[in-house]
Amino acid sequence: TKCVHLPPEVTATSRHYVDRLFDPDPQKVLQGVIDMKNAVIGNNKQKANLIVLGAVPRLLYLLQQGSSSSELRAECAVVLGSLAMGTENNIKSLVDCHIIPALLQGLLCPDLIFIEACLRCLRTVFISPVTPVQLLYTTPEHQTVLFNHGAIQNIAPLLISPSYKVRMQALKCFSVLAYENTQVSMTLVNVLVDEELLSQVFVRMMQRDQPIDMQLTAAKCLTYMCRAGAIRTDDSCIVLKTLPCLVRMCSKERLLEERVEGAETLAYLMEPDVELQRIASVTDHLVAMLADYFKYPSSVSAITDIKRLDHDLKHAHELRQAAFKLYASLGSNDEDIRKKITETENMMDRIVSGLSESSVKVRLAAVRCLHSLSRSVQQLRTSFHDHAVWKPLMKLLQNAPDEVLVMASSTLCNLLLEFSPSKEPILESGVIELLCSLTQSDSPALRVNGIWALMNMAFQADQKVKGEIVRALGTEQLFRLLSDPDSNVLMKTLGLLRNLLSTRPHIDQVMSSHGKQIMQAVTLILEGEHSIEVKEQTLCILANIADGNTAKELIMTNDDILQKIKYYMAHSNVKLQLAATFCISNLIWNEEDGSQERQDKLRELGFVDILHKLTQASDPNLCDRAKTAMQQYLA
Amino acid sequence: MQSKGNNYSKSDLHSFLGNHHSRNAVIQNQLSQGKEGGICCEDRPNIYCHGKNHKDAASVRATHPIPAACGIYYFEVKIVSKGRDGYMGIGLSAQGVNMNRLPGWDKHSYGYHGDDGHSFCSSGTGQPYGPTFTTGDVIGCCVNLINNTCFYTKNGISLGVAFTDLPPNLYPTVGLQTPGEIVDANFGQQPFVFDIEDYMSEWRAKIHGMIARFPIGERLGEWQAVLQNMVSTYLVHHGYCATATAFARATETLIQEDQTSIKNRQRIQKLVLAGRVGEAIEATQQLYPGLLEHNSNLLFMLKCRQFVEMVNGTDSEVRCFSVRSPKSQDSYPGSPSLSPRHGATNPHLHSAGADSPTCSNGVTPPNKNKSHNKYPGVSSASSSSSSSPSSVNYSESNSTDSTKSQPHSGTSNQETRCVASDSEMEIEAEHYTNGVAENSSTRIMNGTYKHQEILQAEDGSLGNGVAEDSCASRQLCGGNQAATERMIQFGRELQGLNEQLCREYGKNATHKKMLQDAFSLLAYSDPWNCPVGQQLDPMQRENICSALNSAILESQNLPKQPPLMLAVGQATECVQLMARVRSGSCSFARVDSFLH
Repeated sequence: TKCVHLPPEVTATSRHYVDRLFDPDPQKVLQGVIDMKNAVIGNNKQKANLIVLGAVPRLLYLLQQGSSSSELRAECAVVLGSLAMGTENNIKSLVDCHIIPALLQGLLCPDLIFIEACLRCLRTVFISPVTPVQLLYTTPEHQTVLFNHGAIQNIAPLLISPSYKVRMQALKCFSVLAYENTQVSMTLVNVLVDEELLSQVFVRMMQRDQPIDMQLTAAKCLTYMCRAGAIRTDDSCIVLKTLPCLVRMCSKERLLEERVEGAETLAYLMEPDVELQRIASVTDHLVAMLADYFKYPSSVSAITDIKRLDHDLKHAHELRQAAFKLYASLGSNDEDIRKKITETENMMDRIVSGLSESSVKVRLAAVRCLHSLSRSVQQLRTSFHDHAVWKPLMKLLQNAPDEVLVMASSTLCNLLLEFSPSKEPILESGVIELLCSLTQSDSPALRVNGIWALMNMAFQADQKVKGEIVRALGTEQLFRLLSDPDSNVLMKTLGLLRNLLSTRPHIDQVMSSHGKQIMQAVTLILEGEHSIEVKEQTLCILANIADGNTAKELIMTNDDILQKIKYYMAHSNVKLQLAATFCISNLIWNEEDGSQERQDKLRELGFVDILHKLTQASDPNLCDRAKTAMQQYLA
Repeated sequence: MQSKGNNYSKSDLHSFLGNHHSRNAVIQNQLSQGKEGGICCEDRPNIYCHGKNHKDAASVRATHPIPAACGIYYFEVKIVSKGRDGYMGIGLSAQGVNMNRLPGWDKHSYGYHGDDGHSFCSSGTGQPYGPTFTTGDVIGCCVNLINNTCFYTKNGISLGVAFTDLPPNLYPTVGLQTPGEIVDANFGQQPFVFDIEDYMSEWRAKIHGMIARFPIGERLGEWQAVLQNMVSTYLVHHGYCATATAFARATETLIQEDQTSIKNRQRIQKLVLAGRVGEAIEATQQLYPGLLEHNSNLLFMLKCRQFVEMVNGTDSEVRCFSVRSPKSQDSYPGSPSLSPRHGATNPHLHSAGADSPTCSNGVTPPNKNKSHNKYPGVSSASSSSSSSPSSVNYSESNSTDSTKSQPHSGTSNQETRCVASDSEMEIEAEHYTNGVAENSSTRIMNGTYKHQEILQAEDGSLGNGVAEDSCASRQLCGGNQAATERMIQFGRELQGLNEQLCREYGKNATHKKMLQDAFSLLAYSDPWNCPVGQQLDPMQRENICSALNSAILESQNLPKQPPLMLAVGQATECVQLMARVRSGSCSFARVDSFLH
């Protein structure tokens, strides 16, 4: 509860009303509620006092109690309705007390007077701008409740109502019901309205002579149905109707709000489908059209029309983030489209400035767009480097909400790929500490990205960088990551280890300082229940270790590990057999010191027999690998 | 492979106007080609290419340019084969552009090329425009003549505007360059891949919105007065006395004509519509002395009608012989009501928007020789004439009036329009009569007559409203011998009148035709079921009725035509004018879509 300072006399009278709600005598409680009703009518101060003093939860309790008389319940609803009539703060408090589910539950009661009071109160609450209307039906549970109560069958006929308003509301309702809901969407595609399929009704509503609001909402419905898997992405109602309709919504002729919604919906529609992305990229100059989203407020509006300027300013952020989102979606798969996007006027500059905008939404969308474009080798090599996008990206990583961090760090991973010219300056900017701190995040996505970036960084890096990574991360953290519950984190950590343990001198150096822990971790992973990929990666690490000069001994002296290698050479999975054989092959390689002893020891342990058997393997790679290894003995 | 420069068979492509408004206005568009081009159209409608390098490029283009008045023009080209290199261009070119080049390379030529996806706007260098296109793709080209832009489509997806500020009179053009390139043009004979109808619906809505939201601004009060006046004068014109009075009271406006005058006109109109033309003439002469004497054309028309009504047995001169009282026939079912009937427009006005694209395309002259057939199934025929003494003067001063009333005489059904520029006169005439019924079922006024129903009812009773109760009453002049004699006597007088008019004013073909038609009724044993029987249709009274009404109003120095109808006529004429000056939006601004 909040700390409140009310004059004592006011509190006293108000307190009295609240106290009476707790009277053991139901009759007195009823009278108390009625008196309270009379006291609050038209008295905002009294309303605020009662709310502060905790009248609302008690009223709700009484309203929900089955033991309360229907008269009492109705009076409670009336008082709540009266409280809702006050300031916006009152409504917020009521909503915070979960008044809505209680009132909705009240609608199931057979008492009409009570229902009326509940409806009145709900109405007051919902016509207020502070109440998010989505409270009614956005969660999957709400969708399901409405679905189970026959919302679809009852609302569908309203789509062909003669009244535009009714048609529109029914349409909006469907758009909310279908959103990310497979069950609803699957049902919708089979619904007939006046012997016509619902999708066809929606298509008709998207006709170009229909009101824009209707076109847009109908396009949303079809988009959601498509994303929920109820309509194929190559269905003509998506390709030839919904997509073009949404592109039209992005045109300069539309209102700013419509352009925002159109772009966001379109981005959502084509996100998973490269074919739709390709079609959209050539539809009505969409890529160029989106460039206009960045021109608000325009210099003209600033001078000529204050009202317009205000309007433009209000929508400028929304427009920019919508455009970034759509660019991100457009460029997520196709290299040509990415090229087209980066070649759009000032595109890279816009992304760069978007990364440092005050609005989190814009920053997030901008980094998403950058991430999408960063999947292009060509762009990484050219425009990304030319515009030094790593700088704002690094800045963004310093202090941002997790959502932004996830995208930014993921983009950074791409920028740290070995062919990226940005890799060098990023390394110099001291990114390692930052990435290491990411690996300690609670969010698995951030941990993955952090370790992934380090892995990319360590790839073919010089000894100095590798040393820095190991130092900054700390062995403790490294091994903590090796037992991370998220298998992606584990995979990337193993990848990092593998990259650290590349060239021979590096292997020996790392193993001389951390050999014991690494061998321990490897043993643990090989013993644990992990996926084939994880085990393969681990065996590859062993193979790298086996390639070292001094590091070899860590394996040769570890009978436990050798037994495990033997086990995996006979495993049913070829990949694991291959990795294990590779490891042995490194151990018995002829030209190295002490190869003879190792060969002898391994022969004793029965590896030759296994290798011999593997030369008969059906997998040609495995067969070759085994033969090469056998040759070491013959030489 | 054929050698260059010979053996180019011509391909006739029937190209529909992209604008389906034009209702099957077919241009016999041929695709013609350059003299040296490596293109042949043997296997039509495929166009096949033999060329090897850019010098071998050749274009084919439609024989007729895109008519401006069609508003939106669209055609599609399917790439049957991209041939060797797929150097294909699809677009537009003006007359006189070198046909041995791909569209877009030269001045007044515009194209979208398949090999690079670039658009070429009268230039050898293209601009990045859209995707490339190749075998199996369907490329559409849409010319918007409202804003003079062009966009292309690929497989049903709009690629966005390619060209702006296009000049008029462009021809659809396809150019090919390398061997084996085959394309197939669709001017609407097959369904389009792109939903052009949807695109047109947007522009239709746009233009309608523009008209509906035309700013009135501060003249709002003025407009209200104008509108009230329009309604009021319309009501008065047709003699809706009580309604007009109520309207005037409600809107606090004044009626120009006094009540008695309105009622008089109404009475005369009722008489005409009831077929009691003789009484109507009498009443007119009594109430408006000199009117008919100065309108000999009108008088002649009335008398002709009176004769027809005598045949019908409805005119009082023959009805007095009949057993039934005249009163009982006042409201027989077949009689037209006094209410004017308005279709959306009459056939001529109707054609203004619809046929104008054809007009500007210069293919089919609009409305020429078009039958002015107001009633389905109407036909006219000639008959032998009989003589009768003339009695009425025919004055020169009435000539204007006569031309206007002619189309509405009983024989106007086969009225022939000769010159397009006459349309203004036609419109005036049409609205002047006001009782004109149209093919469309859209009606303005309440309480109007359901045209179709009447016809059906009459079909059932063999086209005679009088004969509703017995077979006998369908006999000539009600089957009464004395009445028949009176009718013949009257016919002679009518013939005489005609001769007198001829002497005074020279021969009048219209009069002669009218008279012939009327007299031919007597040549058949069952006039109601004969080739000229349509004259007996009570609906035919409406033209003469409104002609008489207008003449009376004019004699009282009142407008012979209500301003409302003038406005409709003016709007219609405006749209026609737009078509003539190549304003693309005219095809979406049809007057009848605003008449509900």
